[in-house]
Amino acid sequence: MTRNKSLVSAAIVSLAIGSTAAQADTLENVTKKGYVQCGVSTGLPGFSNPDEKGNWTGIDVDVCRGVAAAVLGDASKVKYIPLNAKERFTALQSGEIDLLSRNTTWTLSRDASLGMNFSGVTYYDGQGFLINKGLGVKSATELDGASICIQAGTTTELNVSDYFRLKGMKFEPIVFDTSDQTVKGFEAGRCDVLTSDQSQLYALRIKLAEPEKAMVLPEVISKEPLGPSVRQGDDKWFSIVKWTLFAMINAEELGVSSANVDKMKTSDNPSIKRLLGTEGGLGANLGVSDDWAYKIVKQVGNYGEVFDRNVGENSPLKISRGLNALWSDGGLMYAPPAR
Amino acid sequence: MQKDSNENPELKKTNLWNDANFRAMLFQVVAILAVFGFIGYIVNNALTNMEQRGIVTGFGFLTDQAGFGIVQTLIEYTETDSYGRTFIVGLLNTVLVSFLGIILATLLGFLIGVGRLSSNWLISKLSSLYIEIFRNIPLLLQIFFWYFAVLRALPPPKQSFDLGAGAFLNIRGFFLPKPIFEDGFSWVIGAIILAIAAVIYLVKSNKRRQLDTGIYKPVLLPSLAILFIIPALVFFVVGQPLSWDYPALRGFNFQGGLSIIPELMALLVALTIYTAAFIAEVVRSGIEAVSDGQSEAADALGLSNGQRLRLIVIPQALRVIIPPLTNQYLNLTKNSSLATAIGYPDLVSVFSGTTLNQTGQAIEIIFMTMGVYLTLSLLTSSLMNWYNRRVALVER
Ligand SMILES: N[C@@H](CCC(=O)N[C@@H](CS)C(=O)NCC(=O)O)C(=O)O
Repeated sequence: MTRNKSLVSAAIVSLAIGSTAAQADTLENVTKKGYVQCGVSTGLPGFSNPDEKGNWTGIDVDVCRGVAAAVLGDASKVKYIPLNAKERFTALQSGEIDLLSRNTTWTLSRDASLGMNFSGVTYYDGQGFLINKGLGVKSATELDGASICIQAGTTTELNVSDYFRLKGMKFEPIVFDTSDQTVKGFEAGRCDVLTSDQSQLYALRIKLAEPEKAMVLPEVISKEPLGPSVRQGDDKWFSIVKWTLFAMINAEELGVSSANVDKMKTSDNPSIKRLLGTEGGLGANLGVSDDWAYKIVKQVGNYGEVFDRNVGENSPLKISRGLNALWSDGGLMYAPPAR
Repeated sequence: MQKDSNENPELKKTNLWNDANFRAMLFQVVAILAVFGFIGYIVNNALTNMEQRGIVTGFGFLTDQAGFGIVQTLIEYTETDSYGRTFIVGLLNTVLVSFLGIILATLLGFLIGVGRLSSNWLISKLSSLYIEIFRNIPLLLQIFFWYFAVLRALPPPKQSFDLGAGAFLNIRGFFLPKPIFEDGFSWVIGAIILAIAAVIYLVKSNKRRQLDTGIYKPVLLPSLAILFIIPALVFFVVGQPLSWDYPALRGFNFQGGLSIIPELMALLVALTIYTAAFIAEVVRSGIEAVSDGQSEAADALGLSNGQRLRLIVIPQALRVIIPPLTNQYLNLTKNSSLATAIGYPDLVSVFSGTTLNQTGQAIEIIFMTMGVYLTLSLLTSSLMNWYNRRVALVER
């Protein structure tokens, strides 16, 4: 919280005395620094979570690593800046981070008034409710009068108000700054319900002392497309971040994975050749090397691998692909062609 | 000007330069221009920068719909109200916790401060221990401690403590019957005002009599009687215009009545206990600053212990106590912004927290918030200055 204040004042100072000249070139900055500064959460299993040794893993973290692989040729050249929900936009605006990859919902007002651009969707989510099994509640429509723990500065805070207003129900919002505090409030019994994006509920549930006593209600009350974002006014950088994710999705669609990418380099399929940079020279115009996508897939993996490893079947969360399957498998993941 | 100085240019110029007043004036004007120029530059620069980066500016957001809920509101508030109203809601919550905190911390602080000077070894040692412990633990830790202590100690709604008279205590808060004032209650309020006026008159005339004749009659009992009997009589005459809204367990929690959320309790306890430790020291030093000779003189005049304290020691000690006490009040008000750590919806949590985040208008919101704390501080200190002037030594 004091951190938030200092971030806000840093932003104000940088806006007040920063030069009004043209925007700094993020790509040039990153190349000069030798690492990408990436805003992530303070700890959310599956999305961005540090282990005991301070190594970050998660689907959002892999986006950061992908950008580093594309730009610097080394996925490990990332500096992670943990941010709670209230701090994240200020950190991006003030230039403390090069990109924000922290389970952040793409909304109109964020696009239009916060000076940021969302570069795609890494995870299609929706808001849900986590409750104590002991309450005997089976549906969100039975929650009239409940106390609800929420994290400040999220879309969650707004959606839950909308939902209860729509259903003509009342609730008591208990608003905390960090997800740790929110979970503690729920565990201590201060609230009956914890609400957040559904995927994050599964992630927070495994953080509880007794996960088996809590359950996620079936209702999904909102659309939460989560994706990375960058500052407005630097289109080159915007494109790089956008195409990093597209490269991962295209790789999955083309059957290119970290295991077979070396073999695939010699594939006859022109789409694969163009993606991996053995043909077409598409990287140069983007401002990166021609084999940028090769490096992403080799070092980080394709979208399917990233999903399975962090939130899917190979992870403790075991979330099914659902909406996040490729379009060709009935999901929403669709990337423009690399040509 | 030009023409004037033409007549005797040399002389005029040296004169003006050598005039200390003129020079002082000139420097001040230059300094003010520089400050305003700098501020203007910064504001202009910030606006241009933000526009370039696509960040919305201005105060238009204050009339936009807020869309989020707030757990404790002293005025009517729903999600459909504006961001401007969230400002008022947060402000009132800050004022509430600061006001209550100041009163409680003052009471506790005076008690402990006096306790520290007590001749009773145990009381004085316990007071010292209290001061040393609570002054030296960071406030944020104390707030967390009390919050989770409160939460841990209280039962879930279904097993609430029944405190009798319709009051209940559980992890969701402290639930009390809420008085509903019906038609005719204004008569009772009128009666209370009348009773207070009567008591003031009684005390004043008693004092005058004492000064004139030296006869002192106790006024405490008659005052209490007046304060109680007149409003009570009127209350029954106009037909008991008061009913109670009792909290009742419905669904997840108690509904109706008055409720005090645990966040408010924890914050209030923490602020009170922390600030009281400082106030106790202020009080102790104030009392110690009154020289022993004053007490001895009072004893020599035959004043009782109570009279000595009330008439001699406390009035003189207050002169020393008030300025640092004001400081503690200001600290408490500012410290109340730590509320956001435990989810108490104060100004910082609601307005420069959620509202700032939903609108992204950091600069406007931070300036408004700073303005509030500045105003609250100035108000508190002018109030205390006024009081200080009243208790200050009147030189004759
Ligand atoms: N997607 C939503 C919510 C994101 C969010 O902050 N979720 C919480 C879940 S409780 C979180 O990730 N907290 C982790 C942290 O604060 O570091 C948004 O963009 O507003």
